[in-house]
Amino acid sequence: MKMRGKISSVILRIAMYVSAGLTAAALLFILGYILVKGIPNLASPGLFAWEYTSDNVSLVPAAINTLMLVALALVMSIPFGIGSAIYLTEYAKKGNKFVSVIRVTTETLSGIPSIIYGLFGMLFFVTALKWQYSILAGAATVAIMVLPTIMRTTEEALLAVPDSFREASLALGAGKLRTIFKIVLPSAMPGILSGVILAIGRMVGETAALLYTSGAVASVAKGVMSPGRTLAIHMYTISSEAFHTNQTFATAVVLLVVVFILNTLASFVAKKLTKK
Amino acid sequence: MRKVVDKIMEIVFLVLACVSIVAVVLVCYFMFSRGIPAIKQIGFGEFITGKIWKPTYDYFGILPMIVGSLLVTAGALVIGVPVGIFMAVFMARFCPPVIYKIANPIVNLLAGIPSIIYGFFGMMIVVPFVREHIGGKGYSILSASIILGIMILPTIISVSEAAIKAVPESYYEGALALGATKEISVFKTVLPAAKSGIMAAVTLGIGRAIGETMAVQMVVGNQARLPHSILDGVRTLTTNIVTEMGYAADLHREALIATGVVLFVFILIINLLLAFIKRRKD
Repeated sequence: MKMRGKISSVILRIAMYVSAGLTAAALLFILGYILVKGIPNLASPGLFAWEYTSDNVSLVPAAINTLMLVALALVMSIPFGIGSAIYLTEYAKKGNKFVSVIRVTTETLSGIPSIIYGLFGMLFFVTALKWQYSILAGAATVAIMVLPTIMRTTEEALLAVPDSFREASLALGAGKLRTIFKIVLPSAMPGILSGVILAIGRMVGETAALLYTSGAVASVAKGVMSPGRTLAIHMYTISSEAFHTNQTFATAVVLLVVVFILNTLASFVAKKLTKK
Repeated sequence: MRKVVDKIMEIVFLVLACVSIVAVVLVCYFMFSRGIPAIKQIGFGEFITGKIWKPTYDYFGILPMIVGSLLVTAGALVIGVPVGIFMAVFMARFCPPVIYKIANPIVNLLAGIPSIIYGFFGMMIVVPFVREHIGGKGYSILSASIILGIMILPTIISVSEAAIKAVPESYYEGALALGATKEISVFKTVLPAAKSGIMAAVTLGIGRAIGETMAVQMVVGNQARLPHSILDGVRTLTTNIVTEMGYAADLHREALIATGVVLFVFILIINLLLAFIKRRKD
């Protein structure tokens, strides 16, 4: 009995080490492969040219489109995301039926895969609202997609603000609104910011939701009502053209670095919050 | 005056808070109202159980795609769940702090890699590897399962880890006191106590795997037929949509939206399951 226990303990420990090794190996292999193959190709001629041509497959126009789309999507999702979180934490009473409906729908939203958002965006924004394939339609689609992320992180950040802050502010004669904007929101700012940065990371890496909403046009969008491909879609399109493999690797490096910087920034900002 | 402003702002926040409800209603409305007419026109039975997908000849059977989605998801679970749970136990219970400081960012970085990069990696490395060392054309259920297995790892690890950490220390100490080894104590007492959290982790992983589109599309081959082996290429519900939406028109286009409806129903069932698991936990 004792012997058998010892043996299974050893087996379990080995299984854990192997799993940890596999997880680390998967990451290192993917990162290493993309970086090693991609970094030398960053020097591909014209990769960072202002104008896209089918020869240079420049990623600059796509990068500009990405910035435009992300900025627009944030303008749409931040007020709603933060506003909802404020309502849930500062106004709604515990056990409110309405609150549980909001929670259920938010969880539903976070479980919907990006291709469904893409289809919905195509049916609603592109077709029903007649926005056509455009940066605006793409931005609205991903704005809904990242809403749960922004809501959840903001809510957590607001809940982490001690009640004594609110009480002190109210005791000094400030109204509820003033308390929220001058006391609660500023103290919760790092948490909110980290949520927003995470959301940006998700939008930058998104493909399926944008393919049939913002379109795959390779040049810089002339305005928010024009189509334009983001960096991730750009990478997808050139990866399916067999003779641009080198540029695809280079684009992958750029995409990967941007997403990792955003994610690291988010956890760094969030850590700053917990230290206090 | 201030009271009035406060009241108005409360209503403003209330209205903003309705956005997620409005979004869910809109998504449901547009998916179902645009997809169901096509299902009716094709015939529900014909659509769900039809084995042939040939839009140009008006054959709209998505059984191969349903089977394809289920197979790649099952494959992803076979690869991702054991590794994920052992890794979660390791991180929650056995990992020295120094290693935890490395392991945690590894999991976060894996979660942050965009699906297009997973797909490209799969296309360049996994597909040729399968073709040369295991057999078939490489673009296969196996390749998609490997990529998806890696993609669901971070979800399974982080949710399971949190569940394991939430188990009261007394379970573990009780088992130790009865003479069990550290490993046996964790796997026989702590892990069963964290069961519902781990089930939630696996369910989330299923949702992620069945809904993944781009990464699967680049490695799965996309042949709309029932497979005979895991080395065969298949098409999933998601890749059916993304492959053909670019040029589809009329009933073909609507059949693709209807494919999305079937996927959406799968996702809603998974969400319900998740809510059920969470409720039971509380």
